[in-house]
This record gives sequence, structure tokens and C-alpha cells, in this order.
Amino acid sequence: MDPECSRLLPALCAVLADPRQPVADDTCLEKLLDWFTAVTEAGSSLLLLQENPCLVELLFHVLKSQDLSSRILSFSLRLAGIFAAQENCFQYLQQGELLPMLFGEVGPLGGAAWTAPAVRSGWIQGLRTLAQHPSALHFLAACGAVDTIFSLQGDPSLFVASAAGQLLVHILDLAMRGPAEGRRSLQACDWPACAQKIVGHIEDSLCSTAIPQVTQALSVLTTAFGHCHGLWTQGLWVRLSPLVARLLEKDPVPASHSLVDLLLSVARSAPSSDRGLWETLAQTLSHLSPTQAGPLALGILKLQDCPQVLRTQAFGILLQPLACVLEAAAQAPGPPGLLEGAAGDSMTVDTLLSSKSACVGLLCCALAHLGLLQPLPQRPSPWPQAPLLGAAVTILRLCSGSAAPTSDVGGRLCAILVGCGRVQRAALDFLGALSQGTGPQELVTQVFSVLLEYLVSPESSSMVLKKAFQATLRWLLSSPKTPGCCDLDPHTQLFLTELLPVLQKRLCSPCWEVRDSGLEFLTQMTRHWGGQAGFRQALLASEVPELTKQLLRDPESYVRASAVTATGQLSSWGLCASPECPGAQQESLLVELLHILSTDSEGFPRRAVMQVFTEWLRDGHADVAEDAERFVAGVLQAASRDLDWEVRAQGLELALVFLEQLLGQRGSHCPYAEALPETAPPGVLAQALQVLCRVQLFEFAFRALFDCDRPVAQKSCDLLLFLRAKAAPCGGPQEAGDSPNVASVEATLQRWQAGEQGQPLGYLEPGAVVALLRSVDLEGLRDTLAESSDHVEKSPQSLLQDMLAAVGVLGENEADCY
Amino acid sequence: MKLYCLSGHPTLPCNVLKFKSTTIMLDCGLDMTSTLNFLPLPLVQSPRLSNLPGWSLKDGNAFLDKTELIDLSTVDVILISNYHCMMALPYITEHTGFTGTVYATEPSVQIGRLLMEELVNFIERVPKAQSASLWKNKDIQRLLPSPLKDAVEVSTWRRCYTMQEVNSALSKIQLVGYSQKIELFGAVQVTPLSSGYALGSSNWSIQSHYEKVSYVSGSSLLTTHPQPMDQASLKNSDVLILTGLTQIPTANPDSMVGEFCSNLSLTVRNGGNVLVPCYPSGVIYDLLECLYQYIDSAGLSSIPFYFISPVANSSLEFSQIFAEWLCHNKQTKVYLPEPPFPHAELIQTNKLKHYPSIHGDFSNDFRQPCVVFTGHPSLRFGDVVHFMELWGKSSLNTVIFTEPDFSYLEALAPYQPLAMKCIYCPIDTRLNFIQVSKLLKEVQPLHVVCPEQYTQPPPAQSHRIDLMIDCQPPAMSYRRAEVLALPFKRRYEKIEIMPELADSLVPMEIKPGVSLATVSAVLHTKDNKHILQPPPRPAQPTGGKKRKRASDDIPDCKVLKPLLSGSIPVEQFVQTLEKHGFSDIKVEDTAKGHIVLLQEAETLIQIEEDSTHIICDNDEMLRVRLRDLVLKFLQKF
Repeated sequence: MDPECSRLLPALCAVLADPRQPVADDTCLEKLLDWFTAVTEAGSSLLLLQENPCLVELLFHVLKSQDLSSRILSFSLRLAGIFAAQENCFQYLQQGELLPMLFGEVGPLGGAAWTAPAVRSGWIQGLRTLAQHPSALHFLAACGAVDTIFSLQGDPSLFVASAAGQLLVHILDLAMRGPAEGRRSLQACDWPACAQKIVGHIEDSLCSTAIPQVTQALSVLTTAFGHCHGLWTQGLWVRLSPLVARLLEKDPVPASHSLVDLLLSVARSAPSSDRGLWETLAQTLSHLSPTQAGPLALGILKLQDCPQVLRTQAFGILLQPLACVLEAAAQAPGPPGLLEGAAGDSMTVDTLLSSKSACVGLLCCALAHLGLLQPLPQRPSPWPQAPLLGAAVTILRLCSGSAAPTSDVGGRLCAILVGCGRVQRAALDFLGALSQGTGPQELVTQVFSVLLEYLVSPESSSMVLKKAFQATLRWLLSSPKTPGCCDLDPHTQLFLTELLPVLQKRLCSPCWEVRDSGLEFLTQMTRHWGGQAGFRQALLASEVPELTKQLLRDPESYVRASAVTATGQLSSWGLCASPECPGAQQESLLVELLHILSTDSEGFPRRAVMQVFTEWLRDGHADVAEDAERFVAGVLQAASRDLDWEVRAQGLELALVFLEQLLGQRGSHCPYAEALPETAPPGVLAQALQVLCRVQLFEFAFRALFDCDRPVAQKSCDLLLFLRAKAAPCGGPQEAGDSPNVASVEATLQRWQAGEQGQPLGYLEPGAVVALLRSVDLEGLRDTLAESSDHVEKSPQSLLQDMLAAVGVLGENEADCY
Repeated sequence: MKLYCLSGHPTLPCNVLKFKSTTIMLDCGLDMTSTLNFLPLPLVQSPRLSNLPGWSLKDGNAFLDKTELIDLSTVDVILISNYHCMMALPYITEHTGFTGTVYATEPSVQIGRLLMEELVNFIERVPKAQSASLWKNKDIQRLLPSPLKDAVEVSTWRRCYTMQEVNSALSKIQLVGYSQKIELFGAVQVTPLSSGYALGSSNWSIQSHYEKVSYVSGSSLLTTHPQPMDQASLKNSDVLILTGLTQIPTANPDSMVGEFCSNLSLTVRNGGNVLVPCYPSGVIYDLLECLYQYIDSAGLSSIPFYFISPVANSSLEFSQIFAEWLCHNKQTKVYLPEPPFPHAELIQTNKLKHYPSIHGDFSNDFRQPCVVFTGHPSLRFGDVVHFMELWGKSSLNTVIFTEPDFSYLEALAPYQPLAMKCIYCPIDTRLNFIQVSKLLKEVQPLHVVCPEQYTQPPPAQSHRIDLMIDCQPPAMSYRRAEVLALPFKRRYEKIEIMPELADSLVPMEIKPGVSLATVSAVLHTKDNKHILQPPPRPAQPTGGKKRKRASDDIPDCKVLKPLLSGSIPVEQFVQTLEKHGFSDIKVEDTAKGHIVLLQEAETLIQIEEDSTHIICDNDEMLRVRLRDLVLKFLQKF
């Protein structure tokens, strides 16, 4: 600890111990604890306490004081825990009987302060930090803390209850880990007493009829198997698995969620040869209700090594709800068990039909689980792509009311699902995920037709529509290309002609979310297919480009932003122009976007414009390439005045693209590598500098260098460093003599740095620029900027000062009042 | 209690309820779908229509009327639930000998008048040179082309009524306010309750002292312009008659309004015109409000909106003055003061213009592209016919159907082939089946009665079992021309006791909270009110003739034996018998009570819930003794 902090510490301890001087801010105490943790990790706690006796005094004082706030009490308990984590310091504190007084029954535990959850939480956290060595175990046993922890498992505060469970696991681990671990047999009888006690408690809880108790025991075990990797955990499982298995015999299975968590946790940590475990899992799968079994099945399928039989069973459970739907909706009794081995069983059907919420819950879970499984390498193989596609399509049809099931179950399902947005969203997501695989053409046609149905239907909510657009995009992009031809296949082409009128209508929707997702869809589609003749033809024949342009004036800023991106993308592919007068159209779009950049009141459209412009410049968009200089000058001028830092940062991005086009690529994209001294030939450079001066890029970059938003300044710094590296040979020593006078410019820059950015830099000669680049300490600036903005304020010293000052200020105010 | 069902159209109901001694007609909607069998009546001579071959342009319009199921002159009152459900009123009040009263709220009457006025105006301004009715003869009708030859009961089709008949019919209406209690002949009380569907629309509660029938017709739970629906007052109904649900249960009004706006905007952006065939009141207010919020954002502020109807001006202005019938939001605006509907601002800023017809000012102001709201939604008469002819040829234009009353395909039939785009966005804010099931759960009527259409899924979507009423016990259904005996028996009637008679009563408490007294009185019944009056003093015997007749009227007032109440505890009774010297007593349990057997005296005492018999042979002394013992356990009054 540095001397200054040592000097401040007594005063701080006095403030903390004084109930009349409340600490205003909880985060200060947290920071203080963090600091003490760092200090004790770096050195001896004992030494710290000996050098700063005020700390121990504080702890004693806390015990004596009656009217201290619960925060300070909690803080002290945690602080004591931090110190006592080191065994010698623990002994030191023990000598003074401080620890029993803090954590034993004579301490806060028995007092009124215990009613505050913060104190109970502090007590647990203190013990958690303290319990690092065998002495601590004895201490815990001696002061009867374990029983208190047991009772805290059922604490009304969820944080306290959960921390209590974790503490139990920690103590158990500490007790079992000891030096004797390797030799310790898996027989429970020779486990240490402390461990025996905890395990006994878990056993009792598992046998309890009270579900909360069972849940507590299961969650403690889940934590134990998830976090502890000692051999003893295997012994623990051997000892407890019969009790866990007994839970399965009950109907309904108690605390099923926690049970599933536990089993998965065990399965992840256990060796794959454990046959008993696989049997328990199989048994659990068959005992749990379809809704409860879903998460377990998913977890099993995600396991790396797992017997094939169990995997098949688990997969069957995930498929069952879909199999039921397929079966119920089948027009004629089709081949039984369309999904192999997963014919809809009666229990699943009962769940589906029992209530709307049960049906929706089960279907959504099944769809989400299968969607998660789909992209995984360990997904079941063969993957029943076609039946799954069929099921997704059927569910979507049931939800829209367009399916006409003939069976009784189908009719009731239809009545439950019709118009259900949650299932629609889940099914559309799932359908989108399935686009990664292939399917028989007939089914793919059905997929497109159901997607179109959703896009057309006025009943689709904005969220459903968004999902429908996303799924459509995924399917469109995965649709096969006709072999030997780079154009779209006829099915897709046909679909497009039906899709575009719908898109047109959606772009006119009164609901802005719909217009927005329509535009996003259009942007994505154009990005991928802008070059496809079939797409271009269909798009140009529709009114979509014109409508998109009209949406640049939409009242909703998000829509304007999306419209900017979409028109930018369309224009990049030459799809914005009407065939009659291409030039005029393009020109006006550029003007219109510039207008948005300089006048729009919201940030999103302006950011979108900057992105489009950057892209245009990078891709050599025809209208930009025509007079890139004028374009860049205009854009930078508009961007430099912008109040939104992202716009300014994007302006630097655009400037960088321009630079690279003039001077060649940056040497390395790795931000840590020094820019290679790959300088530009002098002729090119001089010309380039002339251009850069004309477009006033330097004024923009230097302004950005002193920007109040750090990312902008950093970006500008990088840009100038790059430029300097390129310009290194230019203006070598031979020019030092007639170096232009940059003093006035430097003075201006200093004022800018001080925050007065009113004065313009004026026109700069290339020579002056080079001189300026050399004279400004860019590296230094870069290092400063790399520090986080609060690096000065983060030091412990300043923390202590702040806390003292805050109290002082409070005191002054009090005095003022009288 | 009976219900005579005169209409088969679930949203244009006409039922007659016989309840106690009253005959109440519930609504008289006019089913105008038969007009679809006729050709449009063009305002401007249409060469296309007049040159059609064959059976054209020979008859005036006619409408379906009621069957002769009940003599309508016996109807005491007609209760109107909303302006759409009173369109047949002139046919009933003017041609059936009806002499009763019609009850309706003021907005219903005023807007109903506008609808009728518009209808009469549409028909009368294109008079026919000739009319034919011979074709209604079944032998001729048979030969006509389809669908005319398949039309049922054409003989009941009527010519449209005249303005004179309308005025006369409306003069029979008595205005009522929500929650106002109206006594009908002292027998029942009827009360209009807000139904949330349209300005002044109401459901009706029809109650006697011990029975309650609720009539729900055209209600809405959506937040549109009218006052919200009063659900609480529908509770505790014995029977709930449920009509006027949404005609398009699969279309959510919000989505349809969105669809309407999207299509309107798309058309106008492309330089096309939009035609909206509509009624002059109702959904149009909400559509104008949506457009008011939407046009600026959609960049449509330069597009003119025209509302053309003979009653356009009155409709727009009436809507602004019925503040007390509006939803809370709109009511509060009146106090600011601001017009409750934003269409006032649209008119002020010249974005919305209204005209009585296409002739006159409109032709000067007309500018395209534009949006036109005009009637009639059947496309058979009204200014809409002209616009269909005018705009039908261009694919830039769009007709958007928002009224669900007519099949849009049939409405369009005479205009085919049509290049104009057709969009069907039916906006029906009335209850859908999900809302109905919530309503029924909330209100919990003992029985539900509804048109048979509501008890099964729509024929086109037979798998949609969610599109029907699902309640317990299952709803009773009716169809046209059916008489339904409503499933409850009247068990009680309220009787008033005159104070002086009440004073003379001596109630006796027979168990906690229950007291009894015997009453001797004269029951006096007049105007369905029953009163118990003190009996006249026994007449002095006199010789006068007059007196004698008076004494004939006086019922015999014999001194009555006291009434007994209570039950006999068998064990105690047996103990008492033993105390009084009876021995050898046996008690047998029977299904209805007990038999006490006095074997020695050869006597049986049968004790049942409502009777006690002492059976002993010829020993009156013994019987009296036993009787007195029994009576000890009972209370007399």
C-alpha cells in the first residue's frame, strides 16, 4: 500500500465507523473491497493489519456500535473475510476473538441487524472469502456456521439463498479437497465431519416432502458438479444417485427443472462409462412430462459422448410435439410415424390439447430446441429434414388458419393455435434455420407458399412479419442456382414476381416497424442479388425502387435510416435509376442523401448516409468516381459539423478510404503492428497532399483529433499516423530550412485542444501539413487516448480522497443549513 | 316466454319476444342483399348498362321483408339497438297496423334518418319509366337466368319506402338515454345499455321483478369513437339473446385498417385514385381519423379526400354534437373545447371536402389523384356507380371495400371486366368469438340464445371450431321463421301489501331469520301490478238488492285453522309417549320418515316430512291424545 493511502486510511476508518456520517454511495464500498482484495492478493494481510491498526479497530468498533447502517456492517463482514483468507492473518484475528464475534452467534447473527438482507449477504460472502484453509473449517464447525447456512438456503432474499447454496458447495469442496484427497476412498464413512454433515443435510432434503427443500438440495448438487472437479464428486454421486432416482418415482416428479439441471451437470462432468447415469437419464426422460423433458433432451443431445440409444430417445422427445402436429393435420392417414421412431404419443397429444398456454409452451420449446440443435456438429444423424420442414409448414398453416385438418385433434389444435403470434415467430425462426439443409422440391414450394402467405396476410403482426422476411431471405439465398447458369432458378423467379407486389404494399404500411423490416429485407436481397439479371428485371419492373426513395422522407427516423441504406444499395447496383434519364436520377439521389446528412434531426439516418457514402467511395460508385474530390469535400464538411460522434467517426472512415485510394493500402490491418514504412513515391504524394488539402481533410482530421469523444479522436490519430508514415520522406531534412511557418496553426490547434474549436484552421499548404504532422506528438496522444477515460480517477488514492471529500462536503452542507 | 325469429340474417336481426303480457320486437334490420340481383342505377346514362341484352332495367329495387309468422299489429314496442338495425322500420310501422311505440337513442334516430334519407334519395333521383312485377310469378321466375331464378321468396321483395313513410315511421320513436328505465305496462322494465359499436348503439335489458332477458346486438369491445360497452349491467341474466357479432371473424379490424392505409397509399403514390364505397356514418369516422394521423407521414397531404353523400354534411356535423355518446377521450375534448373528431380539422384545412352529389360544386373542385368515400356499398345505386364506371378501366385505380355487408365479388359483377384493382378490407368492429367467450364468462347468463350461424363454424371453414360460440350449457339456436320457447319458467311474481294490511300481520319466527304470518286479503290486479288489500268487513245481512250484489263480490272469510310448522324429533317424541304411559313402542325408519308403532294400542303414527298420520281404529280419545302430543312439538300460527 502506498504511503499516501496509509495516511488517509485512519480518517476513512473513522468516517466509516461513525454512524452520523453516512456513506452516500454503495459503489464506493464495493470499490474499497476490490482494492483491499487486490492489496491482500499482492502481499501479506497480516502485515497490512499490523501496519494499519485502524482496520482492526474499525472491525471492533463495528461490533460494539449499535446504530451502524447495515451497509457498513455488511462491508465489515466482507472485509474481515478478505483479511482472514490468509491463514496467518486468520490466526491473528482469532487471537483477538474477533472472528467468532463477527461470524458467531454473539455477532450480528443474533441481533436486529440480521433482518437486513445486506447483512446476511455480507455474512455469507465474508465466510465464502474466509474459507480457504483447514483452520477455517475448524472455525466453521466450532461456531456452528454450517447450520446457519442451511437455514439461509430458504432465505426470502433470492440472492442470499443462492449465495448460501454456493457457500455450502465451497465448504464441501474445501473439506474434501484437503491434502488427503488422493488417498481418500470413495466410501463416505471416512469423509471429514464437516462434509458428512453437509451431505447428510442434502440427503435429508432430497427425502423431504417439501418441494422447496428438494429444490435447494438439487441446486446445491448442480453447483457442486458444475464447479468442483475433484474425484470426490464421483463418490458423492454414487452415494446420492439412489435418492435422486427415488424422486423419479414420484408423480408428478418434484422440482423437475432443478432435477434436469442436476442430471445434465452430472452428465457433463461424469465419465462416459457410467452406465448407471445413462440409465437414470433414460428413466428421467420417460418419467417427465413432455414439457419438462424438452430441456433435458436438448442437453443430452448436446453432450459429446453419450450412448446412441439415449440420444435416439432424447431426439424422439424433441420431435414428439411436431410428430403429433403432423399426424393431426394429415389430410389422409399417412404412413405411421413420419418422424422415425417418434410417433405422437398420447401424453404429448394430451399436453397439446390441455390448454392454450401448455400447447404454445410445448411447441415453442420444441421448435426452439430443434432450431438450436440444427447447426450443431453433434446433431442427430440422419437429420429428418423433410418431416421437420413439413411440420414447420403445418404449424404455420395451423396458426394462420389456412390448414384444414380433418381429424378431431387437428381441429382442436387449429382452434388453439390460430392467430398465435408466439408460435408463429418460433416456427418462422425454425423454418429459417432449416434453410441450411435441402428438401424435396415439393416441400420447398410449400415453404415458399407459406412464407408468401404470411407476408401477404394483413393479420401478420409486425414482429411476425419481420421473422417472415428473415426466413424468406434465408430461403431465397439458399435456393439452388440452375446448373450452368448464373441466374435464378425458375421457381425463385416466379416467387419474386409474387413477392415484389407484397413488398410494395408493406413499404406503404402505416406501421413503421413493417416499413423498416421491408426495407431491411430489400437491402439484404439487393446486396446478394444485385447482379442477377432476373432479380434486376423484376425489381425494375416494380414500383419498389421508387417507393424506397419516397421513404427517405419518412417521419420515422429508423425508417429513414433503413431507406438510406436501401437506396444506397440499390444505387450501387444501378437499380435506382429509371430507364429514361439515368444520370439525373442518380444525381438527385446524391444530393438528397447529402441533404439528409446536413439537415436530418435524428442521428440514425445521418449515420446511414455516412455508411452508404463510405461504401460508394470504396466500391467506386459511378457518380462518386466522377468527381470524388468534390464529393469527399462536401461530405467531410457536413460530417465535421455533426453533433453525433458516430457520424464524425464514420467521416474519418470515409477519409481513410479516400486516403488509401490516393496513397495505397495501409501496410497492415493489425492495429498493434507499426505501420510499415512503405512510403508513397514523392510525385504521387505531393499530388495527393494537394488533393487532401483541397478537400480540407486535414481541418477535419485535426478537429477530430481533439474531439471530446474518445473513439473519434483515436480514429483520427490512427489516420494521421498512417498519413505521416506515408509522407515520411517528403519534406526531409533538405526542406527543414524553408519549413513553412506553422506556429499560428499550432497555436490554433492548442486552442482546439483546450476546447475552443470556434476558429477555423484555414487553408493549409501541403508543406505546412507535413511540418504539422511532424510537430504534433501523435504517438503521445495515441497512448493517452488508449488509456480509459477514468484512468486518473480510478487510483485507490483518489477513491479514498473522494470518499472523505464526500463526507466533508456533506458536513459543510449541514453546517450551512443552520 | 317465446321468441319469434323473423330474420335469418344474424347481423340484421328482427325478433319478437313475448314476455309476460308484452310483445316486444327486438330490432328490425333490413337485408338488402337482394339488391345485388339488380343492375346498378347509373346517375349518368350508361351506354354499357343500357345496351345489355335481355332482362335489364325493368324493375325498381326491392327488398326482402318479413314472413307472416306473427301479426305485427300486436307488437307493443320495438326496441332499436343501432341505426343499421332500424332500416326496415317504415315497412313495419306503416304497413302492418302497428300502433305501439318505438324506443331508440337520439343518435340512432338521427343517423338512422340519414341512412334512410340517403337510401331514398339514391333510389328516387333516378326514377324509372316503368316497373315490372310479373316476373315474380313463380312460373316466370323459373325461366329467368341464374341467380335470379334461384332467389327465394321474391314475392316478399318490396319497393323502397318513401321519405313520407320514413318521417311517419320516425315520428313514432320515443327517445331514450343509456340506463334509463322504461316501464312497459307495469309488466316489464326495459333499459338501453351502451354497446360500444356505434354512436348511440345499445343493448337492451328486459326485466321483470324476478326474470331478466338481455338482448345483445352489435356490440364492440374495441376502443373506437363510441362510449364503451356496458358489460356489468348484463350480469344475472336468465337468457341472453346474442346477435350482431362480427361478420368477418377472421379479420382483425386493426389489421384491416393497416391494410386499408397501405393500399390507399400505394395507389395514390402511383398516381391512381381510390374509391371507398361506404355508408355515410360509422366506420368512416374512424377511417378518417386514421387517415388524419397517417396522411402526413405517408406524404399524402396534397391528396384531396372527397366524401360524397346527400347526407355527408349532416353526418359529419352530427358526429361532433353527440358528445355524451362518445368515448371518454372524445368527451374530454369537448370541454377544451375542441371538436371530438379530427375530421373537423381535415375539413378546415381543405384536405377533406364533402358534397351532396357529383353534380354541382364537386365537378368544379374535382382533381385527381384523389380518394373518394361514397355510397352505396352494394354498388347498385348512389354516386359510387358513377365512379365505378369512370375509374374501372384503369389499373392505376383501386376500389377498397370496407363494409362487410355485401359480398364484394357479387357487388363487382355488373362492372366486369374491370381493370381497376380491388381490395377487400372489411372492417367490422363488432364482437368476435374470442371476445364473446370472454364476455359470456364475465356475464354468466343461464342460457344463451343465438342465430344458428353462430353455433357452427362458417361453412367455408368448417375446421375452424374457434369460429363459433362455445358455452355451457350449449347455446340455443334459432333460424328464420322459427318460434323458440325460451328455456325458463317464471316462478314468482311480486305482490305489494297495503300498509294497513301489513300492520295487522303478526309474524312469528319459526327459525332464525324466517318469520311467517298468515294473510287474509283481497288480491287486486291492475296494469300488471298486484296489490293485497285488507279484506272488507263481513257484510251485514240486509235485504237491499244492491247490497246483495256487493256481498257476492266479497269472498267468504272463514276463520282459518292455525297452520303448523316444525319437525318432530322422533326420539324425544318416543320419550314423551313413554312419559305419558305408552309402552312397547317400536320405531321403524321408512324412506320418507318414521313409523312409530304403539303395539299395545294397535296404533300407527306415520311421521313424514310434510305430513303426520295417526292411524288408530275407532278410538277418538286416543287419537286426540296422540294428536295433542304431536302438536306439542309443532309451532302454530
